[in-house]
Amino acid sequence: MRLELTRRYAFNAAHRLHSPHLSDAENRRIYGKCNNPYGHGHNYVAEVTVTGPLDPATGMIAHLTELDHFVEREVIEPFDHKNLNEDLPVFRERVPTTENLCMEIFDRLRRFSGARLVRIRLEETGRNSFEYAGDLEERTP
Amino acid sequence: MVYLTRKIEFSASHRYHNPAFSPEENSRIFGKCNNPNGHGHNYVLEVTVGGETDPATGMVLDLKELKELMEREVMERMDHRHLNHEVAELAGKIPTCENIAAVIWKLLVPKIRRGRLTRVRLWESPDLYVDCYGDGEAS
Repeated sequence: MRLELTRRYAFNAAHRLHSPHLSDAENRRIYGKCNNPYGHGHNYVAEVTVTGPLDPATGMIAHLTELDHFVEREVIEPFDHKNLNEDLPVFRERVPTTENLCMEIFDRLRRFSGARLVRIRLEETGRNSFEYAGDLEERTP
Repeated sequence: MVYLTRKIEFSASHRYHNPAFSPEENSRIFGKCNNPNGHGHNYVLEVTVGGETDPATGMVLDLKELKELMEREVMERMDHRHLNHEVAELAGKIPTCENIAAVIWKLLVPKIRRGRLTRVRLWESPDLYVDCYGDGEAS
């Protein structure tokens, strides 16, 4: 039997999908409305899933307050009510698609020491979501 | 393989408290969940059974059977109960979402007669859930 704990965290941010490797016409064709020069925003929800043995003293996989503080510091503070393209150095080079954002969140949260990060599922809207569980070769059984 | 999921909701109270800890440690570790008089949640339970469909019925498992099983094993045992005091399977355990999901898994797994119990997902609130899988089951 294996247990995984998932916590949902909400944050709101603006972004613009525009690749410097494409012409303006190509950017407009590929990204459509998301290429609007002034950007737009979403209410994102990140589902953070962790696993590990239950601590017999607490009956928990991870201490929720520790996880909440870590996610607050690594993801919510830097991303919430921000412009992803302008405020996050990583997205100066990389297009802040929700795929890339999902992988960035995974990379930030994999350092959590209280349990093992399994996956990030990121909802861009109530109708789109993306999941990333790290590269296969990095996964431990 | 086809997966079938049934969802039910039950309401229960609980308290997080480890008698091996001092009152200060209990309060520091469990926070509000250590309130002496307990608190409660509307739990949402999703039970997923996977298997091949029976060619005669087109079903993995008769939904009625799963409904009755969840009613008998979970609702009757946990709905409108205090999980620390009234659920024998949780006696001596801290009734965290992890422990409750594990108890539900153990109660259901031997009683699924067709298909295989694939996942027990227990929501404690809209922003927190625990998934329980069998060994070797991909998530």
